[in-house]
Amino acid sequence: MDAQTLIARRVARELRSGNLVNLGIGIPTLVANYVPPELKVFFQSENGLIGTGPIPEQGMAHPHLTDAGGRPISALPGACTFDSAMSFGLIRGGHVDVTVLGGLQVDAKGHLANWMIPGKMVPGMGGAMDLVTGARRVIVAMQHAAKGKSKIVRTCTLPLTSSRPVDLVVTELAVMGFAGGHIALLETAPGVGVAEVMAVTEADLLIPESVPEMKI
Amino acid sequence: MKTVSAEEAVAMIPNRARLMVGGFMGVGTPERLLDELVRQQKSELSLVCNDAAVPGKGIGKLIDASLVSTLTASHIGLNPKAQQQMMAKKIAVDLVPQGTLVERIRAGGCGLGGVLTPTGAGTVVEEGKRRIEIDGKAFLLETALRSDFALIHAFLADYLGNLAYVLTARNFNPVMAMAADTVIVTAEHIVPVGVIAPDHVVTPAPLVDYLVANG
Repeated sequence: MDAQTLIARRVARELRSGNLVNLGIGIPTLVANYVPPELKVFFQSENGLIGTGPIPEQGMAHPHLTDAGGRPISALPGACTFDSAMSFGLIRGGHVDVTVLGGLQVDAKGHLANWMIPGKMVPGMGGAMDLVTGARRVIVAMQHAAKGKSKIVRTCTLPLTSSRPVDLVVTELAVMGFAGGHIALLETAPGVGVAEVMAVTEADLLIPESVPEMKI
Repeated sequence: MKTVSAEEAVAMIPNRARLMVGGFMGVGTPERLLDELVRQQKSELSLVCNDAAVPGKGIGKLIDASLVSTLTASHIGLNPKAQQQMMAKKIAVDLVPQGTLVERIRAGGCGLGGVLTPTGAGTVVEEGKRRIEIDGKAFLLETALRSDFALIHAFLADYLGNLAYVLTARNFNPVMAMAADTVIVTAEHIVPVGVIAPDHVVTPAPLVDYLVANG
């Protein structure tokens, strides 16, 4: 299983029936593919839709029904649409139960940086700052390292997305949570040892007595 | 409400006008008005819109034609030309969190001086803004936005100017239709009064100044 699939499958296990969920672009988008059909999860697209469905079949796309990246999507039975003020009222107002976002860095305080690299990439924050500030639970789904450098850092060097700490980080190597200014190693991926995770993680990790294997 | 051609509508817009343009990645954007802005070469425009779309589509058409001098938006990352013009300092870009952007526009349209939002507190977005603590929680004072013109795209417009939107093409349109001195609307379909049921009207007719004729 490739890293992205493993991460998406593990994150999908965090979702519960009835949850209103907002998925970011990249790995987070894949999470929807691994939610069991019996689980009734509402997916929000911040451009104004609850009830996003899969990419429509050939010839069935509607030019006025897209995801936040402008790609055609479908709407499930029971879907509803609304304007951007309502969409971000839902997000900032604590009505979104879970958001899953990509990340560039997460630090020991749980702070996330995911929207710009000064001088290199300044795309704009889009909805990310509102999502991290307002969603009830924030899950970061990202690869553990980029170009050999740990993305789990002591202190973010990139501009923060929010001063609100995230709740959970899922990488292809580990699941991590946050407590008292420390990162706790909660699970390791199948076949990955605690020492291996520690070796590729810049930040110090709190290691509990037993670290279970990630279930996917 | 007055019915005009796209040419007449855009002729009212001067160079250096402040425009709000509805749409999200080019979905729900009044493309015919943007095409006409390019044709009439209205320049040094100050835009408020969600994003820069992609080259050749929506706001991207105005960027392609180098007609934009300032851009207030939440995301320009999918339009490399917008990024290039920002880096080359041809466009002054003010990046605003999306929820803050729509609330600032809503405030502008609703007679409010601004809004207090927790979004951006403790980040670079806070720079130069007033931070206000309420019950121990930090909020930023974000001021209202208004414009000279709002360019709106609806799904249905009736002969009076009542508007209804479709699917994800609603986005910023109804909010912007409140926040400009002059509101110009294009619609997929112009229909007799009564086709849009009272409960389904999203933007009430008195807000619409000009409806661009179809055909």
